[in-house]
Amino acid sequence: MPSILQILWFVLVAVLFSGFFFLEGFDFGIGMSLKTVAKNEAEQDALINSIGPHWDGNEVWLITAGGAMFAAIPYWYASLFSGFYLVLFVILLGLIYRGVSFEFREQMLTNKYRNLWTTIAAVSSFIVPFMFGLMFTDVVRGMPMNATGDMSATFFDYVNIFSIVGGVALALLSYMHGLNYMRLKLVDGPLVERAKKQLKFLYPTLLLGEVAFAITLYFNTDFFTKKPIITLILLVVIVGLTLLAWYTNGTNHQFITFFALGFAIITVVVLLLTGLYPRVMVATNPAHSILLKNATSTPYTLKWMTGIAFTAVPIVLAYQGWSFWVFRKRIQVAGEK
Amino acid sequence: MDLITGLTMLDLSRFQFAMTTIFHFFFVPLSIGLGIMVAIMETMYVVKGDDVYKRMTKFWGRIFLLSFAVGVVTGIIQEFQFGMNWSRYSRYVGDIFGPALAVEALVAFFCESTFLGLWMFGWDRFKKGVHLLFIWLVAIGSAFSALWILAANSFMQNPVGFKIDHKFGRAVLVDFPALLTNHQLWLEFPHVLFATMLIGPFVIIGISAFSLLRRKDNIDFFKKSVHIASAVALVGTLGILITGDSHAYNVQFDQPMKFAAMEGISEDVGGKDKQQPWSVVAYTNPKTHETEWSLDVPYLLSVLAHHDLTGYNKGSETINKELHEKYDKKFGKDMNYYVPSNTLFYAFRVMAGVAGVLGLLAAVAWWFTRAKSTFDITKYRWVLWIFGIATFIPFFGTTAGWLITELGRYPWIVYGVLTIADAVSPNVSFASLFISNIIYFLTFTALGGVMIYLSRRVMIQGPDYVDEEVDDEQAPADPFSADSFDEKGGND
Ligand code: HDD
Ligand code: HEM
Ligand code: HEM
Repeated sequence: MPSILQILWFVLVAVLFSGFFFLEGFDFGIGMSLKTVAKNEAEQDALINSIGPHWDGNEVWLITAGGAMFAAIPYWYASLFSGFYLVLFVILLGLIYRGVSFEFREQMLTNKYRNLWTTIAAVSSFIVPFMFGLMFTDVVRGMPMNATGDMSATFFDYVNIFSIVGGVALALLSYMHGLNYMRLKLVDGPLVERAKKQLKFLYPTLLLGEVAFAITLYFNTDFFTKKPIITLILLVVIVGLTLLAWYTNGTNHQFITFFALGFAIITVVVLLLTGLYPRVMVATNPAHSILLKNATSTPYTLKWMTGIAFTAVPIVLAYQGWSFWVFRKRIQVAGEK
Repeated sequence: MDLITGLTMLDLSRFQFAMTTIFHFFFVPLSIGLGIMVAIMETMYVVKGDDVYKRMTKFWGRIFLLSFAVGVVTGIIQEFQFGMNWSRYSRYVGDIFGPALAVEALVAFFCESTFLGLWMFGWDRFKKGVHLLFIWLVAIGSAFSALWILAANSFMQNPVGFKIDHKFGRAVLVDFPALLTNHQLWLEFPHVLFATMLIGPFVIIGISAFSLLRRKDNIDFFKKSVHIASAVALVGTLGILITGDSHAYNVQFDQPMKFAAMEGISEDVGGKDKQQPWSVVAYTNPKTHETEWSLDVPYLLSVLAHHDLTGYNKGSETINKELHEKYDKKFGKDMNYYVPSNTLFYAFRVMAGVAGVLGLLAAVAWWFTRAKSTFDITKYRWVLWIFGIATFIPFFGTTAGWLITELGRYPWIVYGVLTIADAVSPNVSFASLFISNIIYFLTFTALGGVMIYLSRRVMIQGPDYVDEEVDDEQAPADPFSADSFDEKGGND
């Protein structure tokens, strides 16, 4: 049985990843919509401006999640990161090109190059959540590992139906989360209208995807045998939140829509990590699975980290929240009045 | 080991780490340095109210933002690659190294990124003083990030505050504050900060020189920029000399082999009745580890490293024996304790040389750009060319410095505690490493290229372009202008 401190840090890592997928989720969605919803440069500019002041701060949630994992549960960090080397490599490339694309795009003089960087932003905004979805579904499905926690997997361990469903689901969720963010942040106009139209048929698609996910989850993991009740409850919550978002889609309650789907994303993270617990890595040979109680740093380090986290996080939340509030006003697409 | 290339996974991992960190460290000190410069300029604007400082803030701010963007995206690799490429390292020292990294993200990165967003997009939305506060928070945030990452690195150079947990087979932290009181940190941190105060200013001086070469307008703007920058660079030079001197002094005790390589001494030198010469050039045979020839200045090493005339240092041969005596029980007899001597030797001379050259250039630039100066620098194109080329010089200094620091730690990744060979991920395939090395290399080349190209463009557009942009920002089309912030949102 893991100690309270160990559980606390497992939860904190979960919170940091949730924060990342919630916040950067809509950044990814906005990024994809540069190519799928926006039709001209003015619209693209408006979209990028809607996340301009925030995306870097949002990304720090990922860096902090990685750092917290390293500090508090180093055996998890080491096995996960080395085992998913190529997946994370692609994620890194995605984050690199995406990160510079916003800055570089603005600086380009010709339409051709501006368009190139816009495309790079859109494609990388898809790849990153897709790869994360793939990785986390693989983690709960279980990978071939030796007793020291070193993974030795082949292509089909990484890429299989379950993980592809997971990847697509996370990318789709991020996309729709981005469209909802757009409705929240942009002044109504043709761009937002198009987003709303897309959302109308995306909700049923998403629900289908969630069902597919639940089915593949059943066949690929031990979630339903080990923790049937909580798994079912969380799945119902995910579907329920999606329905709520769908239901409020046509109404004026954009905040409810936005947070409903946002919480659906968080619930997915919670579902995966609940099923994972008390392990941190699932091995195909259960004897080699890495258990939380054996994977963490010492109580001494965890105590220091807890003190620091509980001092710093509220301050960070305060100023990050404040920066969202400062830039709360809606954005107008240039030339559209 | 791969049969075709003869490279091992360890070689590739090391190469990758070196490449990505060096690249990261081109942009990190640049953005810390430019951040400080921009903050100074904006402070002058707020204090003096002169519009020229606002234009300066905005113009140099554009270069700052470019370098920041590249610094950020390359930083993410750094954070991930400990787990990806050095998994056994991460398990072994995660208890100690992890916290430093996590705290860096928590206290520094959030602060930098959030307030940078507010600074970038907040020009017309805040009072001058508040807006100024943002850029200072960014600058302080990035200094904090340097502090914590260097605390992590200092632990690797000079491990403190830990013990070995034999049950788990890892090092564990027993004294958290010791990470911050590590004397190595208080050598590295100030030294790096002063290095940023050379890089930022010299990029400003260089770009200004190139601008003065090609344009007839804004002469005063660039002269003023050079004047401020060179003043900061002078402080930087002074600081880097003082802290570098303590660094060199300290290294002979903490890591004697590193010191012996830096000075190219294979046999014991100095003492009461033998003077200790300093070699200007030298060659150490990499096979025999003997210094075969050198060009010496008598007594100078003693003056530099001991601040007297009777200094004494062991040569690499003696040190090698001592290290074997000390560590053979723990690491076995087959360890090689020699470090790449010639590389360290010349890297050290490059670094010190850079300090000298930059100090001189900064002094000249400062003198010629005084308001009272009757000397018209724009007439001397060759002088401007020298300053232009000087843009790139400080980067050689930092890279050389890190090569010394990191290569000199060989064969350990954590000095005396864990070897590099025991640190690498065992399960990452050769092919993965090979591919990632190549793609990172191409990516960095492209990013570096675009970055230089864009900086050049900013330079060609000149400070007035910024003014146009300011007008743009006030046009109703802009999402953040006062106009579009009236409550007229709301769809449906
Ligand atoms: C523009 C950059 C620059 C310049 C001009 C100098 N340095 Fe430096 N030096 C660095 C940039 C740097 C660095 C890249 O920032 C390093 C790497 C690690 C560190 O703490 O700083 C460094 C490391 C470093 C080390 C290795 C410390 C170790 O391994 O523990 C020594 C001994 C010195 N420096 C000494 C000097 C001296 C004596 C200098 C001038 C006379 C000097 N540095 C100028
Ligand atoms: C906290 C900061 C740093 C840490 C934790 C760190 C750690 C490491 C590690 C793990 C390696 C691989 C092992 C080895 O080959 O020696 C390494 C090598 C290296 N690092 Fe650092 N490093 C840090 C900062 C830097 C910086 C800022 C630079 C330079 C810009 C740098 C330059 C290098 C180089 C050149 C190598 C290659 C040495 C070799 O080939 O052996 N390091 N460092
Ligand atoms: C080798 C270990 C290193 C790691 C793991 C690392 C990690 C990172 C990460 C994750 C970022 C992105 C932050 C963001 O998104 O806002 C970053 C940027 C940054 N890093 Fe590093 N870094 C390393 C080396 C260094 C060193 C040695 C320094 C300072 C001396 C440094 C200073 C900075 C700064 C100031 C930034 C902010 C971006 C910028 O100013 O360019 N890093 N680093």
